[in-house]
Amino acid sequence: MTMTLPQSPAPLQPADFASDQEVKWCPGCGDYSILAQVRKILARQGVDKANTVFVSGIGCSSRFPYYMSTYGFHSIHGRAATIATGLKVSRPELNVWIVTGDGDALAIGGNHFLHLLRRNVDVKILMFNNRIYGLTKGQYSPTTLKGKKTKSSPVGSPDNPIRPISVAVGAEATFAARALAADVKHLESVLERAAQHKGTAFVEIYQNCVIFDDGGYNYLAEKSVKAERMAYLVHGQPIRFGHNNEKAIALRGLTPVVVNAADVPPESLLIHDEHAPDPSLAFLLSRLSHPDFPEPLGIFRDVTTPCYDDIVRDQITTAITERGPGQLSQLLRSGSTWKVA
Amino acid sequence: MSIADVVVSSHNDQPSAKPITKLTAVTIRFAGDSGDGMQLAGMQFTDTSALLGNDVSTFPDYPSEIRAPVGTVAGVSGYQIQFSSNDVFTPGDDVDALVAMNPAALKVNIKSVRRGGMIIVNADAFTPIDLKKAGYAEDPLTDGSLEHFRLIQVPMDTLNNAAVAPAGLTGKHADLCKNFFALGLVYWIYGRSLEPTLAYLHRKFAKKNPAVALANEATLRAGYNYGETCELLDQQYAIDKAKLPPGEYRRITGNEAVALGLVAAAELAGKHLFYGSYPITPATDILHTLADLKQFQVTTFQAEDEICAIGATIGAAFGGAIAATGTSGPGLALKTEAMGLAVMTELPMVIVNVQRGGPSTGLPTKTEQSDLLQALYGRNGECPIPVIAAASPSDAFNAAIEAVHIAVRYMTPVLLLSDGYIANSSEPWLLPDLNKLEKITVNHPTTADAATFKPYRRNQENVRPWAIPGTPGLEHRIGGLEKQDVTGCVSYDAANHETMVRLRAQKVDGIKPVGMPFLWTGPRSGDAILVSWGGTHGSVKAATLELQHQGLQVSQCHLRYLHPLPRELRALLAGFRHVIVPELNSGQLRQVLKAVLQLDIKGINKVRGQPFSVSELVRGVRSVVKTSSDHEIPDESTPGTWVRPEPTQKISPACEA
Ligand SMILES: Cc1ncc(C[n+]2csc(CCOP(=O)(O)OP(=O)(O)O)c2C)c(N)n1
Ligand code: SF4
Ligand SMILES: [Mg+2]
Repeated sequence: MTMTLPQSPAPLQPADFASDQEVKWCPGCGDYSILAQVRKILARQGVDKANTVFVSGIGCSSRFPYYMSTYGFHSIHGRAATIATGLKVSRPELNVWIVTGDGDALAIGGNHFLHLLRRNVDVKILMFNNRIYGLTKGQYSPTTLKGKKTKSSPVGSPDNPIRPISVAVGAEATFAARALAADVKHLESVLERAAQHKGTAFVEIYQNCVIFDDGGYNYLAEKSVKAERMAYLVHGQPIRFGHNNEKAIALRGLTPVVVNAADVPPESLLIHDEHAPDPSLAFLLSRLSHPDFPEPLGIFRDVTTPCYDDIVRDQITTAITERGPGQLSQLLRSGSTWKVA
Repeated sequence: MSIADVVVSSHNDQPSAKPITKLTAVTIRFAGDSGDGMQLAGMQFTDTSALLGNDVSTFPDYPSEIRAPVGTVAGVSGYQIQFSSNDVFTPGDDVDALVAMNPAALKVNIKSVRRGGMIIVNADAFTPIDLKKAGYAEDPLTDGSLEHFRLIQVPMDTLNNAAVAPAGLTGKHADLCKNFFALGLVYWIYGRSLEPTLAYLHRKFAKKNPAVALANEATLRAGYNYGETCELLDQQYAIDKAKLPPGEYRRITGNEAVALGLVAAAELAGKHLFYGSYPITPATDILHTLADLKQFQVTTFQAEDEICAIGATIGAAFGGAIAATGTSGPGLALKTEAMGLAVMTELPMVIVNVQRGGPSTGLPTKTEQSDLLQALYGRNGECPIPVIAAASPSDAFNAAIEAVHIAVRYMTPVLLLSDGYIANSSEPWLLPDLNKLEKITVNHPTTADAATFKPYRRNQENVRPWAIPGTPGLEHRIGGLEKQDVTGCVSYDAANHETMVRLRAQKVDGIKPVGMPFLWTGPRSGDAILVSWGGTHGSVKAATLELQHQGLQVSQCHLRYLHPLPRELRALLAGFRHVIVPELNSGQLRQVLKAVLQLDIKGINKVRGQPFSVSELVRGVRSVVKTSSDHEIPDESTPGTWVRPEPTQKISPACEA
């Protein structure tokens, strides 16, 4: 389902969404591309700056609101989801976005992340996944690959990484997608879909940190391997990849396998369905990862269920209809009262 | 205050054959198993007494287990009421009459009953099994241990079952009515009318469950009539009406008062209320109350933890709502970092902290005043937050409104302190004239202000503007990083940081109280001034009056505003030989006042999860005042002088290391 975002009175250009603040990410940081695409899609969708709010936590990624000419709230580490929830519930007409990092959303903010998604508050989450703590200069994060050497894991990270989309789908995300900051066209299309989603839209963006994990995504994004190692999800289509687009995913029982599309009957290929009410397919796709599988990019899940903020509003409206608007003088007199002469 | 002057009246203006003794103040306690309906009996007695014109004060004492095994001391629930023909400031010290529905209730409460006091027991519940469950080796009803009390044994189960049988109730259903038998009996003893409770039963059950209404009415009357005929009860007592200010009253607990105060404040500001909270005793009832007031446009948000609760509150405040969050000590600790964000972003909100025994999980259902230092200082960085403490259950209504008022006027989070005692005890509340409550002015800058708008441009009171999303032309960014003065842009400049730290402090220091900064009792000079705060207002006031009665020149200065402190405080205390700070902690306000005022200050301190009794305060003050040489006075006087007691429980072999 698409929704109408608050519209700007006059047409806007991407540059109109730029604030007067100098952008201070490292030259070459993947965050620049995301900033550019967000400004672009907001301008294209004619979104009203005055009714748009970017809320972030702490991290390199969380500097984002300062670079937007909308309202913004750069809060504390891990808590953007909480602030966005309170804001959206009390001001449902606002267009609220969260910008967060892999540490911000999944380490310190992991609890809020789950609850935001399960409530389905109508906000958009852009999680910049550089698989590292950028701002604190290079410690391993919840998405850092096991065995990875970082400043705080000199002999390799002992942690099992989290798969953000799996967690999101497990927490009942109604919209979950993945994009690559470097693939600007695809990123743009995913952002556009997220902006139009009614409910919590979670977008994981693979983002390169040139300082602390440069080339971290080369294993799948490099030109020579790209076609083999990434698969773009298309609703209603089989999941195809390979240099000549010759490969596909099929299911053996509940287990996905890579097949040569030409070798199997077409009906045995796994067909993507963004709108499947059951999250199992989205979950299965979220598990596909290098080196056994290509990593899917695109929209894993897009379903419509009632939004928390709407339910809360409806309960208030119903109470007013059923009980009449609250009268303070009556409220003070609830229970029994008595008079002293 | 608890033992009233006894006047034996010779007149006999009631049809009762038994004589009537007039008392000025009585303290009674209903105690039983948590399933025995003691809270309801207590509340009914309170309402009836208030309707008869007495002043009343109540204190419930719940077990912390939800369903402790029936008949054990862990499951005992009590409700204490003081009612009087004079002003009442506390639920009473020593109990004049105890109703004990089972041996466990007797065991837990016997130490509170004054010598010579009345003990009414449900004799049917003193079977060998019940005695064993309560941990009695001998039957206290027969072993002589109660010889200093007036013991009235009533076979309540038998009498109650007989009374409710005609309504068709038997077994468990019949059992549920016996609190009304006990209530009826106590009504007779104190000459109370049954009418208010009959009306309540009618309202509550007549439609939904007529049999229950009938049964409860029958057993209430049976209890009353039993008093009339029981030979052990040889007299009735009468307590005249108190002289209370005229007007309309209701009974209110502190938690209800905070909830209603927040709703009223939002209405006075012409705004909607947002309340974010995570359940925690003893603050949860605020959430319960507000969640059921949606017709007032109240949004309640049950968060996944206290951090989210305050985060959402900050978000709502940024959006322009009257925003509040409520918790108790452990939750306040979790909110700490976000409170810093609220200070940095200078957004208006109220943080309610209903204190309980700590540290850690501590004593969840018991009262304490041990979060004062946490409230004043418990944050990283220099992080000033105004702190207001409610003085009593009904005062919590005013305090909540004042907290919102200050938050909005000064663009700051405000901490509102309550405690377990204020939260759950109740008192009559003279309903305010809503038209006389001061409106709360909210100024949101508009698009017309865009040319001059800066997010951190301050007015004469150092207050920044509350510009809210949705206003074209005022788009701006705020956050937890240090702000440049005026523009609000991120700034790491050294001199700017000092400026901002000082501006934030100056703003809070300059706050003018909206209500009474302190409550004063007594003359402006004398032997001793008792400086109290929070839920001890009533007990310290009662002690002050008692000490005055005993001839000492003692006054009370009860602080409602703890930060900033009243500017005139030093001058107010100057007229007294001794400054004494009674607190339910180890001396937190004393420590603050010593540092701020550089005065020699003594403390009366108690950390037992229980309110002060008036008598222990009186003793504590006397021990300070009568000592001629200041050097001999210890810094702190603990009621009953604390010594480590011998471990009372046998250490089981498994625990021995
Ligand atoms: C309560 C708290 N703990 C720790 C920090 C330090 N800190 C700031 S950002 C950060 C991690 C950021 O990593 P991520 O969220 O992945 O963002 P990135 O910088 O990589 O974009 C940490 C640990 C903090 N600011 N606050
Ligand atoms: S440290 Fe990494 S994530 Fe942070 S700004 Fe630099 S390149 Fe970007
Ligand atoms: Mg990161």
